[in-house]
Amino acid sequence: MLINSIFFINHSGDIFLEKHWRSIVSRSVCDQFFDAQTKAATPEDVPPIITANKNYLISIYREKIYLVAVTQMEVQPLFVIEFMHRVMDTFTEYFDECTESAIKDNIIVVYQLLEEMLDNGFPLATELNILTELIKPPTIINKAVSMVTGKEGVSSVLPGSQLSNVPWRRQGVKYANNEAYFDCIEDVDAIIDANGTVVSAEIHGNINCNVHLSGMPDLSMSFINPRLLDDVSFHPCVRLKRWENEKILSFVPPDGSFVLMSYHISTQNQVAIPVYVRAMINFKDGQGKVDITVGPKQTLGKTVDNVVITVPMPKDVTGCSMTTSVGSYTFDPSSKQLRWDIGKIQPLKVPTMRGTCTAPAGSQCKDAHPTIHVDFKIMQLAVSGLKVNRLDMFNENYKPFKGVKYITKAGNFQVRT
Amino acid sequence: MSMNFNAFRDGGVGKMGGKMSDSKYFNTQKKGEIYELKAELNSDKKEKKKEAVKKVIASMTVGKDVSALFTDVTMCMQTDNLELKKLVYLYLINYAKTQPDLAILAVNTFVKDCEDPNPLIRALAVRTMGCIRVEKITEYLCEPLRKCLKDEDPYVRKTAAVCVAKLHDISAARVEDQGFLETLGELLCDSNPMVVANAVAAISEILDTNPNAAKQVNIDTPTVNKLLTALNECTEWGQIFILDSLNNYSPRDEKECISICERITPRLAHANAAVVLSAVKVLMKLMDQINNTEFVQMLQKKLAPPLVTLLSAEAEIQYVALRNINLVVQKRPDILKHEIKAFFVKYNDPIYVKLEKLDIMIRLAAQTNIAQVLAELKEYATEVDVDFVRKAVRAIGRCAIKVEPSAEKCVTTLLELIQTKVNYVVQEAIVVIKDIFRKYPNKYETIISTLCENLDSLDEPEARAAMIWIVGEYAERIDNADEILQSFLDGFHDENTQVQLQLLTAIVKLFLKKPQETQELVQKVLSLATQDSDNPDLRDRGYIYWRLLSTDPAAAKEVVLAEKPLISEETDLIEPTLLDELICHISSLASVYHKPPSAFVEGRVPVRKIQVNRNADDAAETDPHIEEDDRAEYNETEETGAPQEEVGGGDLLIGDLLSLDYPAPTPAQQPVNNANQAQPVADLLGDIFGGMDLGGGAPVAAPVASSPMDLFSLSAPTTYVAPPQVILPAARAKGLEVSATFARRNKGIFIDLTFANKTMMAMSGFAIQLNKNSFGLSPGAPLAVNSPVLPGVSATTSLSIVTTGPVMKMDPLLKVQMAMKNDIDVFYFECLVPAYVLFVEEGSMERNLFPQMWREIPDEKEKQFQLPFTKKSQDQVEAVLAANNVFVVATRQGGDGEHLIYTSVKFTNGIWVLGELRLPAGAPPSLALKTQTVAAIAEVHSAICTILAD
Repeated sequence: MLINSIFFINHSGDIFLEKHWRSIVSRSVCDQFFDAQTKAATPEDVPPIITANKNYLISIYREKIYLVAVTQMEVQPLFVIEFMHRVMDTFTEYFDECTESAIKDNIIVVYQLLEEMLDNGFPLATELNILTELIKPPTIINKAVSMVTGKEGVSSVLPGSQLSNVPWRRQGVKYANNEAYFDCIEDVDAIIDANGTVVSAEIHGNINCNVHLSGMPDLSMSFINPRLLDDVSFHPCVRLKRWENEKILSFVPPDGSFVLMSYHISTQNQVAIPVYVRAMINFKDGQGKVDITVGPKQTLGKTVDNVVITVPMPKDVTGCSMTTSVGSYTFDPSSKQLRWDIGKIQPLKVPTMRGTCTAPAGSQCKDAHPTIHVDFKIMQLAVSGLKVNRLDMFNENYKPFKGVKYITKAGNFQVRT
Repeated sequence: MSMNFNAFRDGGVGKMGGKMSDSKYFNTQKKGEIYELKAELNSDKKEKKKEAVKKVIASMTVGKDVSALFTDVTMCMQTDNLELKKLVYLYLINYAKTQPDLAILAVNTFVKDCEDPNPLIRALAVRTMGCIRVEKITEYLCEPLRKCLKDEDPYVRKTAAVCVAKLHDISAARVEDQGFLETLGELLCDSNPMVVANAVAAISEILDTNPNAAKQVNIDTPTVNKLLTALNECTEWGQIFILDSLNNYSPRDEKECISICERITPRLAHANAAVVLSAVKVLMKLMDQINNTEFVQMLQKKLAPPLVTLLSAEAEIQYVALRNINLVVQKRPDILKHEIKAFFVKYNDPIYVKLEKLDIMIRLAAQTNIAQVLAELKEYATEVDVDFVRKAVRAIGRCAIKVEPSAEKCVTTLLELIQTKVNYVVQEAIVVIKDIFRKYPNKYETIISTLCENLDSLDEPEARAAMIWIVGEYAERIDNADEILQSFLDGFHDENTQVQLQLLTAIVKLFLKKPQETQELVQKVLSLATQDSDNPDLRDRGYIYWRLLSTDPAAAKEVVLAEKPLISEETDLIEPTLLDELICHISSLASVYHKPPSAFVEGRVPVRKIQVNRNADDAAETDPHIEEDDRAEYNETEETGAPQEEVGGGDLLIGDLLSLDYPAPTPAQQPVNNANQAQPVADLLGDIFGGMDLGGGAPVAAPVASSPMDLFSLSAPTTYVAPPQVILPAARAKGLEVSATFARRNKGIFIDLTFANKTMMAMSGFAIQLNKNSFGLSPGAPLAVNSPVLPGVSATTSLSIVTTGPVMKMDPLLKVQMAMKNDIDVFYFECLVPAYVLFVEEGSMERNLFPQMWREIPDEKEKQFQLPFTKKSQDQVEAVLAANNVFVVATRQGGDGEHLIYTSVKFTNGIWVLGELRLPAGAPPSLALKTQTVAAIAEVHSAICTILAD
């Protein structure tokens, strides 16, 4: 269960930060990782678990940074991977972004955070609200306050919540306006084949919360149709037993934004496909003919917005010339992506894009049939039909403002041609 | 809450603007900066000091050496300012290793801080002390640690629990002496769940490196109940630790199993993938112990959704999940049988995810979903990534073999793919079609003509070999089979061995089917294989065919065109015992590598039988002697010379005798191809080398003697030694009778020789030499005989044999030709070495390697034997085998009281032979042997028969 060291490595293979929790491990341990990095066709293809002599390198790739953890014992790789993602989440919350430059700019805070998050390879404090109490995020106001008052960026008080039964919530929270917002966001993942048949489709839903409530509110949320939810995972604050028995989400929420629940409505259930895409892409004698039509399908009366079609063209394609009935297109010759920005789909105007693309004669793209990636967004609709029934608050006496919002988006929505 | 904090919060919840930059601390790498920093560190101003420490740490984080400032930084430690203190602690942790003596200076401050009224400082001090990995400091660490473990504040206790693990890493003995393990055990029942979780984590880490500690930490039923309660309340990481420790607990009965399962199941809905997978592990393990099928089915139903959900997480998590799902699917195929769509590949999945998904798709493929699976696989076969495409094509072939009703569809799909003419797709398709032919003979041969159209595009050995196999196998249906094979034969020398072997067999098949037209072809390939090749496998096979064809064509037909066994459906299943072990390690590295932890993690002692080291020291000591003596013997032999114009066949032997490169450590020589040597001794040569073709594995009886040695089997099992036999009768050796037996002693081979003088005169000047033989046996010392041997008297001696002599494959494999000299004459004779003396002491194969190797060896290299009935009990059998270096790798209880023993044997030349010995109750045992070197099977069989004989 031990993380010995973590190396932060950028795209070009430079280690720009290293942190060791036990003995110091030489940088050369990363050589095997660099080999794998060079071999990988794309940065995402670097295998996450690599053996390097007696060390095991477990890596994640996010925001163009690799985090490479070194361990010498039998560990749970998922534990290490989850932890590193948590590190990246924390940095993103602290610095707004988690790029190499953001990390370099805040190196001291980063170092303090890493020291606080892991002790001897064991996770220590990974809850954001505990960390922000221990180490102040670097804001201008913070800095100004500490200049004036002489107070430090490091708290000298033990964060109360670290030991409470609700470690995720700060104590003594007070708001003038008590409000709780719940966004129910559903991503539709689908693979649709060239004939329009759905090969696989599933919904990944999240309930994202932004809760600003004073004191220790105890919330419970119920759904009109909880039977939809047979595959769920919850924030640690949710009482799992209660859900098992009554299908009610009962929890003391963390302060601020968090993901309350994520759920997965799998292939067996019928998943509505909100848009259709008909695409013809043929290559002949160095010329490609493109003809794509998009339209609404099962949208339950809502408008489909933010529609974007992305076609990864074969490597040999040098240019595209299209005409679109709605929206505009761009072709990026370096990434070979043809991107068609449609925007809102109007009921009576069917968006089409026709045109040709050029490739040098004799190129290999004769048999190419790119997979089209579709993006869209539908407001005020949870495509699964999930609906919150009611939200009650106990343990506190004020009347909070409560709001629920539904959004359906395309997740990994792919159409084969 | 401090005003400071409120100010920050108003600045923006959730998003914290990062405008202040630490990068200024980096602008310090100028000349003399160390001196500058030194001055700043010693400044009176608190602010300046702090800034200086920050600069030092900034340099440290990017790997610059600021250890020179150690004293100055430590001086800053005595401060009330918590931030400064923390920074100094950070620095200390990093450098204490390089400056242990200086670190001692900081100890007093640590000890003082451990008494601080602020629990944060107490915890920080005990935590940092543990991180300073200096042996000397541990002495001072114990007292404060003991106090902190009993601290009133749980935050301090939980930090101290981890510190015990740190201390154990530095000095395990101290942890045991000071009784910290017991204290940790007590913390398992702490009222605070975080403390419990950390105690569990610390204990499991200690147990990992020090299994003895288990005695002192007892996880019993009440503790487990406590842990299960803590499970609901502790952090996600704590839950992982607790679930992991539950994995080592064996419930008393089924009722307890079920209750634990019920209390764990809610964890499957946790957002942390590691918690989910740990819960899956415990459930999978406990499920095995539950007989209540209803409950098991309910559990199985609950397991599917969380496993599928893991596949929508980050790619890295998906990868680990997929490797584990692979195990789950093999153990309990029902769990995910309806979820195959979750494993369909998305075009933007990383390649490592794609390949794993494909693997699981094949495992889940069944009649109900085969249409969908095939459509998907066909789609993948047109992707860009070559590795992925190849695997997809292979997968189609495996589907055909696995799901019989779909075979036709698969074949059609493969044909369509062949039509694409994409080179690697075609080659891959041909390789799998070969397997399909073997699974469904006489069904799809109509497509052969299509395959033949693609002959020219095949450039990979595997595809070429597959195509040649097809042509040979179906030669009678292919009109121009001879032309095709002829075209391959033209480039015979440039082909890979695999292709050459296949070509040789195919042409022989063709010849047997159409003898009239192909005589020339077969002669050509036989001569190419036997004369122009230096590959022993190829040559052997060539000789076998040649011999077969020339002596008995009917037999050749029976052998070469024999009906082949159907190939099995699932070729890459993990061996069941290994699978069970891996199920217990779900979510760990072992589950990712699909190897037991003992196979790769350092510090874990693999469980295996350890052989008593028999006089290893003696052997080592005598070695140099042997070499010295060898040289003497060598000279002597040369001086005495040997009568050159001896018996008809003697020339060669004598030649060898003289030119023998005595046990001097020469590398084993390549077998010399003597077929080209035209010598007057052609007959003998013919015998020696012509005989080689039988090396294919005709059983050869080793000298077995039964009755007189019963004495031995009564006492504790010892290495088997056959009674001496006369190897050179007096009539053939001018009155010298030699009898001998081979024995294995002190890790070496010995011949126990008895020389009986049946003449009327004294004999002296004994010497012995061995001709080249299969195992490079040659005398390891000069023959020491108390000469002269008087008339009517016998002399006995023991000659050590080494295996570093020249090697030449003999037939029978274990035949050794010897020359014996005395003052009268030189005599030539031969004898068979029993195989058991060639089994080395290092022949115990690691338990985990065994199933892997067993699977790697193709089935055609397996032979089954029925053994004579034995009165020995299982234990006796195991003991007898072990005493003779036939190592018991594992044992298993089969059905009907059958006892299975898995054995491994290693020959002196490194050949491994794996065995499975079945001891059914009240019936004769049976034996299956498997090895890459088929010739060795018969020898091992007869050796085991001999060893086990009552």
